[in-house]
Amino acid sequence: MQEVFEYRREEAGAQPPALHPPYASTRKRAPRQPPVRLPHSLSEITGPLWDSSHLRPGDDDLTRQQQGEALGERIIVTGRVLDEDGRAVPRTLIEIWQANACGRYRHEVDQHDAPLDPNFIGRGRVITDAEGRYRFVTIKPAAYPWRNHPNAWRPAHIHFSLFGPAFATRLVTQMYFPGDPLIPLDPILGGVPDPSARLRLVSSLELEASVPEWALAYRFDIVLRGHAATPMEG
Amino acid sequence: MPGQTPFQTIGPFFHDGLSWEGGEDLVRSETRGERIAIRGRVLDGDGKPVPDALIEIWQANAEGRYNHPEDHQEKPLDPAFIGFGRSATQQDGSFRFATIRPGRVPGRGNILQAPHINLGLFSRGLLRRLVTRIYFEDCPENSEDPVLALISDPARRATLLARRSAGADGVVYRFDIRLQGEGETVFFDC
Repeated sequence: MQEVFEYRREEAGAQPPALHPPYASTRKRAPRQPPVRLPHSLSEITGPLWDSSHLRPGDDDLTRQQQGEALGERIIVTGRVLDEDGRAVPRTLIEIWQANACGRYRHEVDQHDAPLDPNFIGRGRVITDAEGRYRFVTIKPAAYPWRNHPNAWRPAHIHFSLFGPAFATRLVTQMYFPGDPLIPLDPILGGVPDPSARLRLVSSLELEASVPEWALAYRFDIVLRGHAATPMEG
Repeated sequence: MPGQTPFQTIGPFFHDGLSWEGGEDLVRSETRGERIAIRGRVLDGDGKPVPDALIEIWQANAEGRYNHPEDHQEKPLDPAFIGFGRSATQQDGSFRFATIRPGRVPGRGNILQAPHINLGLFSRGLLRRLVTRIYFEDCPENSEDPVLALISDPARRATLLARRSAGADGVVYRFDIRLQGEGETVFFDC
């Protein structure tokens, strides 16, 4: 007999619904049937784990992955990955991707009329340390237009993908920058029901982690689901 | 108590950020178990292919053990099998995996579950991950599976059953995912 715990369920105000009509492409892709609640078994409380053998040199510095240095404002992005009880999530893989300093992705589908930077790929990977900390160097991405509605521009953002300790803790999200006037207009961020939970996706300027005369730092802490209070016999 | 970080869409530009070589191939020559292929398509509410989805799978090894420290079962681990795979859909909405048939793992109350593969789906137009499971239509254990038993409508339950066909290069299980509308796949609140 193996003891199986459950992870906490999604926080209602924090997690967006599948259907959010202001984000137009949810209309044909969001399921209409309610999801079936799945009791957690070994299938949900296990998941892929990672170590530094999955990283390559330079994965944590997106400004120096090509011959020359990437153009744009160099920044440091740092923070901690925690669970809902405030415990560090160590040794978890974070994958990031982003547009360049002109708001263009190095991706064939991105036809925005803005220059590509041959020295910027826009992808990185880091693994959190024993205290759940991570840090990478990149350039500040720019806003870019999309066709959701007239004059729709995405606020500048960096995509984050995290695994955490289990299949149930998987998270894909986006980090935004403080003071961006596009933030209140964005239907993707607006899909988060609780306005105060939206603020969790906005990083903060962190002078303590900045390097004088080299790069400002932005802090983005990430909270994954924690264990539910009562362990049960599995 | 800190609040959960909200989910946001993966968007259309994830391919460079989330790809690595061999993401669709979970097996090596030393991996133990029966080789199977999973093939399917992701379709939207109009039945059109979704060309920019990412599918992730997580499964037990052939003995029914997960490669994870929370799995304390006394079954052997397979050093040649992790159990995680990733496949981005093509223009026609298709995805594929080469893997092995998983063994049975216990569910709640130690009731054995039928062999299954856990599946997460991400895409532009989805503000969250969708979770479902691949079961195998030709598995007699399906009738006693506690998760399939949660779905009372047989037609809905059938959306979780991959269809077997024997191809020139081995057993293929076909698993189409319909995001919305007629034949909508069952998704789980995980």
